[in-house]
Amino acid sequence: MAADAQSRRTVARASPWRLPAFSLRALHVWRRNFLVWRKLAIPSMLGNFADPAFYMLALGYGLGGLLPAVDGLPYIAFLAAGTICYSTMNTATFEALYSAFSRMHVQRTWDAILNAPLSLDDIVTGEALWAATKSLFSGVAILVVVWLLGLADSWRVLWLVPLALLVGLCFASLGLIVTALAPSYDFFMYYFTLVVTPMMLVCGVFFPVAQLPDWLQSVSSVLPLTHAVAIARPLLAGEVPGQVLLHVAVLAGYGLVAFHIALVLARRRLLR
Amino acid sequence: MSAAAARADAGTAVARVRGLRKSYGDREVVAGVDLELFAGECFGLLGPNGAGKTTTLKLCLGLVEPDGGSIDLFGYDLPRQAREARQRVGVVPQVDSLDPDFTVSENLLVFGRYFGLSDAQVKARIPDLLEFANLSGRGDAKIQALSGGMKRRLTLARALVNDPDLVILDEPTTGLDPQARHVIWDRLKQLTAQGKTLLLTTHFMEEAERLCTRLSVLDQGRVIATGEPRALIAEHIEPQVVEVYGDGVDEWASAHAAPLSERCERTGETVFCYAHDAGPLVASLAAWPGLRHLHRPANLEDLFLKLTGREMRD
Repeated sequence: MAADAQSRRTVARASPWRLPAFSLRALHVWRRNFLVWRKLAIPSMLGNFADPAFYMLALGYGLGGLLPAVDGLPYIAFLAAGTICYSTMNTATFEALYSAFSRMHVQRTWDAILNAPLSLDDIVTGEALWAATKSLFSGVAILVVVWLLGLADSWRVLWLVPLALLVGLCFASLGLIVTALAPSYDFFMYYFTLVVTPMMLVCGVFFPVAQLPDWLQSVSSVLPLTHAVAIARPLLAGEVPGQVLLHVAVLAGYGLVAFHIALVLARRRLLR
Repeated sequence: MSAAAARADAGTAVARVRGLRKSYGDREVVAGVDLELFAGECFGLLGPNGAGKTTTLKLCLGLVEPDGGSIDLFGYDLPRQAREARQRVGVVPQVDSLDPDFTVSENLLVFGRYFGLSDAQVKARIPDLLEFANLSGRGDAKIQALSGGMKRRLTLARALVNDPDLVILDEPTTGLDPQARHVIWDRLKQLTAQGKTLLLTTHFMEEAERLCTRLSVLDQGRVIATGEPRALIAEHIEPQVVEVYGDGVDEWASAHAAPLSERCERTGETVFCYAHDAGPLVASLAAWPGLRHLHRPANLEDLFLKLTGREMRD
């Protein structure tokens, strides 16, 4: 039996680099996470929304009182756009790192799902969509505060809603790369210290990028958060942002490439 | 599938595995495995640690890419059609993967959604599933509040949420106390009575002997024996076994064991003697008051140790 031609055939192996296969089953993963979130929504929202909101209020009024107009805006209005972007980034990042890692590695939720008729592609897609959804929640929550403060009086600010989703998808995908590589939670400190925090500091969240030395401006110009802020700030001021296509393309490009890398790494880690 | 349909179906192959191979680095973990599962049977995969049991199961679920060979599950070609095949399979994994964020009922509900079932469909099934798992009235309990046995029964119920034709169980009773183990055995027997096909791995020989209609012994990635448990024992092992231990066992063994038994092995402090008629051997022990002995029929463990050797595998 073992000698017949069929049993000796070597299987044409699917490359881990194959393109993602998207299916609506990814939404089952999204729904699972949504159901958990509904139970823990209050502490979850506090972390993702109250924290950046307090920073925005305290720095915006406290520090802002000492400052002249920044880029032609009162400091709190300047800071509001940056806060929406970085809280969106942070929410997606936390979800794609700590929460997704718990489900992948600690609770073995991904393993359980893989025994059902879902693929790893479905799971990673569902996780990215979920992390982006959560960042949408926190982006919108901050936007509501900004609106209540009277800092958003143009309908153009509604464009910040799809922007938050795009920024969420971009950083969720980047975060999932780190998760797929992580041996333990401690590993995430590298990403936060070396990537997330510097990005928050040099991408125009708290002060204009133009304040930085040239070399640091060059670094900033290739980071995705810079491009998010570049769209968000004019929108919040009621203006039409310049070079929208470029900024959207950078965010989408980071997101798509990162998503594929995250998926390849997850396939190598789990489907072996 | 109804029990009647299952009986009519008996004899049809549910799974056909041919020449399956899988290597990790230089180590060939699955080295040419052939398996055939028929509808309604409980098939056991036995083997020491590292024999390739879990990898074989993962290959059969399409979760691992084989290096060679073919896997056919319900006529689907794996891993290519893994999604379609897994729609008809339930899995009880070796390591607990219940969702700690959910209650007992929510675990079943969410898992049913993964199979494309509507909430109404799953909710209609939940009372029966909980009753089967002996967890009626516990639907709202948190997972953390369950004992090890309860968790395993819930995992079994979760594997049945899609009413699968085949249930794959990876060491379903490892880590359970004897009472909990007997409950799982009872439930697995109910499943075969309902016409489900079971594929399980175990290294509890008593479990395999009680549950399995057929089994394969796996060692170093190869199938070294396949058949019905009693037939395999009769084929490979003398029918009677005398285990002897105590002070002076070496002296007794060199004087009597070899001439009075067909085969004799020592593991640790115990000498195992195999014979067709163990009467003279037991009689010889009367003159050795320091020795204790156990006279019993040959079992699957004897077969397993003969085929895979007595040394530790780690």
